[in-house]
Amino acid sequence: MTLDRRNFIKLLGGASSLALAACAGTGGSLSGPTGGRRVVVVGGGYGGTIAAKYIRMMDSSIEVVLIERNDHFVSCPFSNLYIGGLMKDLSPLTIKYDKLTANHGVKVLQAEVTGIDAAKKVVMTSSGEVTYDRLVLSPGIDFRTEEIKGYDAKSTPETIPHAWKAGPQTVLLRKQLEAMPAGGTVVLSIPLAPFRCPPGPYERTSMIAMFLKQHKPKSKIIVLDANPDIVSKAGLFKKGWKKHYEGIIDYRPAKKVTEVNAGNKTVVIEGIEDVKGDVINLIPPQRAGQIAVAAGLVGPDKNWCPVNPTTFESTIHKGIHVIGDACVAGAMPKSGYSANSEAKACATNIVNTMNGKELIDFSGINTCYSFISAREAVEVTGVYSVDKAKNAIIAVPGSVGVSPDLSEIEAIYAESWLKNILTEMST
Amino acid sequence: MTMKWRGWALATSVLAISAMAQAAPPTAAMLSNACAGCHGTNGGSAGPSMPSLAGQSKEAIVDAMKKFKSGARPATVMGRLAKGFSDADFVAMGEYFSKQKLHATNQTLDAAKIAKGASLQEANCGRCHIEDGKEGKDDTPAMASQWLPYLQIQMADYLSGKRKMPEKMEEKVKPMSKQDLDALLHFYASVK
Ligand SMILES: Cc1cc2nc3c(=O)[nH]c(=O)nc-3n(C[C@H](O)[C@H](O)[C@H](O)COP(=O)(O)OP(=O)(O)OC[C@H]3O[C@@H](n4cnc5c(N)ncnc54)[C@H](O)[C@@H]3O)c2cc1C
Repeated sequence: MTLDRRNFIKLLGGASSLALAACAGTGGSLSGPTGGRRVVVVGGGYGGTIAAKYIRMMDSSIEVVLIERNDHFVSCPFSNLYIGGLMKDLSPLTIKYDKLTANHGVKVLQAEVTGIDAAKKVVMTSSGEVTYDRLVLSPGIDFRTEEIKGYDAKSTPETIPHAWKAGPQTVLLRKQLEAMPAGGTVVLSIPLAPFRCPPGPYERTSMIAMFLKQHKPKSKIIVLDANPDIVSKAGLFKKGWKKHYEGIIDYRPAKKVTEVNAGNKTVVIEGIEDVKGDVINLIPPQRAGQIAVAAGLVGPDKNWCPVNPTTFESTIHKGIHVIGDACVAGAMPKSGYSANSEAKACATNIVNTMNGKELIDFSGINTCYSFISAREAVEVTGVYSVDKAKNAIIAVPGSVGVSPDLSEIEAIYAESWLKNILTEMST
Repeated sequence: MTMKWRGWALATSVLAISAMAQAAPPTAAMLSNACAGCHGTNGGSAGPSMPSLAGQSKEAIVDAMKKFKSGARPATVMGRLAKGFSDADFVAMGEYFSKQKLHATNQTLDAAKIAKGASLQEANCGRCHIEDGKEGKDDTPAMASQWLPYLQIQMADYLSGKRKMPEKMEEKVKPMSKQDLDALLHFYASVK
């Protein structure tokens, strides 16, 4: 299968003459020989956009093709604020890819990646095959829905949203909250760690509680957490909940949801205890994005992709690098900022490898903010490097920690965090 | 994959170690790129409360990082992040950002305040914040084209005593009114 003309044009949509010229250089075909300098990046989210852009910034003689199923990307960071009613719509969280093409010559192909042939170095997509010299996967997460009885991967989220990938799911959850009668009950189910964004479910709890406090008197949120305690920033969330949401949040640790009944809006804990809600936000357990699983890139845990901590090259298939939520990045949490740092290190070492230069050890940062009320936020930060003896990414001692308290200044910085990271991804 | 887990682990760890052995320590670019998530690509910030690092002097960056690390300069995330790096890392990052082109911010500023600030700066601050704040003497930070909200947050920290002013700065700032200081910040933010 080759790239047909219509998709070829789509690929060039909004592209500058620069991209056109680059395309002409390869005969405009993505399915033919690569010329030895083509990197294909799958996933236009927090990791993929940055990998694509930085490879081009570091060496514009390398051809970069970014393949993403959508023509835009909606950020999960700050999507909880939208759910809490602090944002009118998702436009502040939405980015497009045209400037990555115009400014950096990244070729963007809107297509679904359906398979990878690691031996032949070919990616199968809904628009034909694309050959590569090196492949970067940043597909984010998918759900282990099979672990929840009664959960149908397609139909269940249409009434019981997860809203753990931002977009229509996020909008659905907010609509359900708006439509809920006063005095109603929201049930939020949190899976066992590791999952995307360790503090995310607790920020969600805070934002939903804030919404209920303002708009739905006498309502409450029951939080069923499969974990023995709040996974991240526990002290700060507890303090914030006490300060703002006493009597609204009913937090129940060690309650693992194992079954769902979409018809009568009930979840079941460990097969025995039923909990009913007017709105149910069920976040299923997670694993690497399906394409990484299908390509055989997950490790013995069958969920996440083991990688070399310097290059992020898969330890299973050579020539394929996995970054972001999908990979095992040692001590780094599965966050957007981590994905950003990993992408840059991966880009550096791909460029160096293609140019016969030495590899550079990883150094990265994580900074992740959570809102507790409309104006107060908290954060966790850390610096990460490679421990050669352990052959793994570790936290640099002394650098990891959380805010001393809830504060307005952290909320102000959080907004600039979002502005900067989304600008990095889209310009 | 048909390989058993044991063989798989063995094969992969050998592969990984051989790759690791060759790797050089993080370069200035590797260290600095990680900052760009918050400070913008190449240190040009798009977020009004985060400073641009592009075009900042090496000395000012090293001084700031050391003060973050020791706690002498108040911070939210920067105190902890600074603890993750060595003094040599600070120098490498400082050098890297000092070589990036000054990032012109696009912000709405008050023309009257800019004009007032320009004359105040000339008379009061110009000996250390040289070239209209495009450069700084020794470790004095460059101010030109920074985001106004960032500058205002810093000034508030100085005035409240949270951040300690250098002696010479204190002499100049003390007699000034809030309006004067606001005008000064407008001026610096406006310099391209
Ligand atoms: C509610 C919530 C709040 C969060 N808040 C924060 C925060 O404040 N700070 C923070 O740092 N992190 C936060 N995160 C975490 C952050 O969203 C993720 O860690 C980050 O998105 C991971 O980046 P990624 O590149 O791995 O995946 P993503 O950003 O999800 O990108 C994956 C992309 O790949 C595409 N894709 C996948 N498979 C295919 C395929 N087969 N073909 C084509 N395209 C494909 C997807 O469409 C998607 O665009 C939050 C997450 C949630 C859910």
